[in-house]
Amino acid sequence: MSIDPVPLSWYLLLSALLFALGVAGFLYRKSIITVFMSIELMLNAVNLSFIAFSYKLRQIDGHIYAFFVMVVAAAEAAVGLAIILTIFKNRGTLQIDDVDSMKL
Amino acid sequence: MDTILFIIFAIVSLICGFNVVLQKHPISSALSLVGVMGSLAVLYLLLGAEFLAMTQVIVYGGAVMVLFVFTIMLLNAGAEKSSTKSWFAQIAGLPLLLAFIVLMGFLIKGVMPALPGVRFGSFVGGTAHEIGRLLFTEYLLPFEVISILILIAILGAVVLARKEID
Repeated sequence: MSIDPVPLSWYLLLSALLFALGVAGFLYRKSIITVFMSIELMLNAVNLSFIAFSYKLRQIDGHIYAFFVMVVAAAEAAVGLAIILTIFKNRGTLQIDDVDSMKL
Repeated sequence: MDTILFIIFAIVSLICGFNVVLQKHPISSALSLVGVMGSLAVLYLLLGAEFLAMTQVIVYGGAVMVLFVFTIMLLNAGAEKSSTKSWFAQIAGLPLLLAFIVLMGFLIKGVMPALPGVRFGSFVGGTAHEIGRLLFTEYLLPFEVISILILIAILGAVVLARKEID
């Protein structure tokens, strides 16, 4: 008995769904840390897309790009969390709505 | 076997992804995000990207998420207060997201109809050997640039976390 292999489009659909979840978290959540985690979720979804297309084209260039995305995400996490730390030290809050000094 | 593994881990990643967005407490979101990254590592492995699967577990599941959890616990971040100030996101966010998902589904189903099935083991290019060779020949300049980026990020994190900014 052999089950049909998974179509590649399922991977791409999963990637789109995870990206949409990340956007939803980015739009609806109010905690800075959770918004930041939603960005990481979006980056991961795009990585899945890169690797799926890399499988289709039988080239590993997509893997290199996914690797670079990981590196940038790690650097971004370090700097972003340092910024969150500074915001918390100066304002004592983690709510996005309270950090609005640049709002018109 | 491939299909069963894909379905299991796709469902796990979707449930954990919903959990990231829906949980009120940041630490629950962070632990759900670890679940997403772990199951995505298995999917990478199914697609033949063994080096990236390991990197995903080490860099994301290990380093980045430990940084997140450490920050959450350091700042003692509690459950967030719900406030509805951003009216645009409240009104237009969900319809636009649904439109995005439908559009992506239409594009994937319609524009790319003849995508092949994924068989585990039919593409073995993603080894550390191959990726290292490509990284140090064809992508040498981006590799060096990104190492400078990492250096700047380290400096920025240290400077930002050290002193008070008025």
